[in-house]
Amino acid sequence: MSYDKELYQQVILDHNRKPRNFRAIENASHSCHGVNPLCGDDITVYLNVNEDGGTIDELSFQGSGCAISKASTSLMTTFLKGRSVEEARRIKEEFHKMILGNLDPEKEEHHLGKLVLFAGIREYPSRTKCASLAWHTLVGALDKKFDGVSTE
Amino acid sequence: MPDTSASVAGNVLDVEKIRADFPILSQSVRGKPLVYLDNAATTHKPSAVIERVRNFDAEEYGTVRRGTYKLSERATQLYEEARRNVADFVGAEKSGEIVFTSGTTQAINLVAHSFGKRFVNAGDEIIISNIEHHANTVPWQVLCQERGANLKVIPVNDDGELMMEEYAKLLSSKTRMVAVNHVSNALGTINPVKKITEQAHAAGARVLIDGAQSAPHIKLDVQDIGCDFYTFSGHKMYGPSGIGGVYGKREVWEEMPPYVTGGDMIMQVTLEKTTYAKPPARFEAGTPPITQVIGLSAAIDYLNEIGMEKIADYENSLLEYGTRLFQEIDEVRIIGNARRKASIISFFSDAVHSHDMVHFLDEDGVACRGGHHCAQPTMIRYGVPATTRASMAFYNKPEELDALAESVKKCIRFFS
Repeated sequence: MSYDKELYQQVILDHNRKPRNFRAIENASHSCHGVNPLCGDDITVYLNVNEDGGTIDELSFQGSGCAISKASTSLMTTFLKGRSVEEARRIKEEFHKMILGNLDPEKEEHHLGKLVLFAGIREYPSRTKCASLAWHTLVGALDKKFDGVSTE
Repeated sequence: MPDTSASVAGNVLDVEKIRADFPILSQSVRGKPLVYLDNAATTHKPSAVIERVRNFDAEEYGTVRRGTYKLSERATQLYEEARRNVADFVGAEKSGEIVFTSGTTQAINLVAHSFGKRFVNAGDEIIISNIEHHANTVPWQVLCQERGANLKVIPVNDDGELMMEEYAKLLSSKTRMVAVNHVSNALGTINPVKKITEQAHAAGARVLIDGAQSAPHIKLDVQDIGCDFYTFSGHKMYGPSGIGGVYGKREVWEEMPPYVTGGDMIMQVTLEKTTYAKPPARFEAGTPPITQVIGLSAAIDYLNEIGMEKIADYENSLLEYGTRLFQEIDEVRIIGNARRKASIISFFSDAVHSHDMVHFLDEDGVACRGGHHCAQPTMIRYGVPATTRASMAFYNKPEELDALAESVKKCIRFFS
């Protein structure tokens, strides 16, 4: 199959088919609704942040979108669980730089772990927002943006 | 026996000859021949338009309706000849009934603001349909909010057709405007605009028809339809972007106040007071997109030379052929199966989100649109987040629909 293996890797396809942490958290300490108005992707991210340690104890999402946006959100929830809010924000910045092509994970230091799977997005400017919606929404939740966030 | 691609091609149009008129179509994308099927978003330009625009800018360009020197007089004459050409194309009686705008969006905003300011008051009603582009939804929503009026919506059946018996019930003495499209950009439905207009007029309401999708596909006759306004976009009918317009009945234009104000739309200006020019100048403030108007007129000449009836016949054969191909793909559901349709196939698959679909189609050189097509209320009505849309023009070949269908099947296999 000549299809773009760089972008649609098995892990991404797997998270698309079986998204992890795909549920709402009742009485979540933080949550946010995020949309991509250009394509209609629509997700809600839920978090429970431990007030003492500032760590993310629980993280989940619900919504609809393309494989890239679904897999990106699903992987984000598995990757950030147990990490500190500060760390999550730093990883968001690095992730964003990577998908815009401003951070080369093969040459520069980073804390992205398995999230480097999404590095191929930089070749497709029209898809960067699919991958970044989850992270914008996460930050919206942490910043208590009750009106939701948008990629535009 | 289903038609083979070869028997569809060439029965009404010499498509290879036509394709030679469109330089952009001969390119490759990712090593494969470009299959351009996003014509409902924008169409490509024949050499006749590209050359006309180039020659006009190189040899004839000048300001219009201002200068008293030769170059300006010539440009003004060509500009007004273009208006006449557009008027004839849509079937208007008088050339002054055509107002140029940047496109359909601005055309509808112009009518909503200007007509609304003069004729829409608290408690009045505006009727749109459930299958409108956002450009024919949002301006009326905003107008209703501003004026304290109410927006009513004609429902659609499962095939994507307006429910005319429900429409009849929505009409009343409160209805000021009925604004519907001639062809739905998301589904391809051709609406019965003449009947819609007759019923609206019987209730005392005015009618705007959004013709953005119909102008390139159907022979137009605004006088036969009887509508009060008819809007269109140049870039969807093989002309330049940034130009379009709206036909309006002379007597309705006369009653309407300006929308954008400034130079060129005035009769006389003192520091205390301004009197306005007669239509169409009243609605064309500022220097218009002169070159684009000339380009639009060249596009109309090109379409007239081929003939809109022939174009419609050929595109219908493409639609039938493509529809059969998609009916054979089990994992795909066509959204919009109206009895009368323009050459648009909008489809949905549970297996693949439309953005992933169009990404994979692009890998095969096939350009389709995925998303809500600026028609979110339509997507909500059919319970889908988005569709993939193939919209065909008379320069498309049946073989290109074969390529599309193969690519769609391959993509579904990949994601399943």
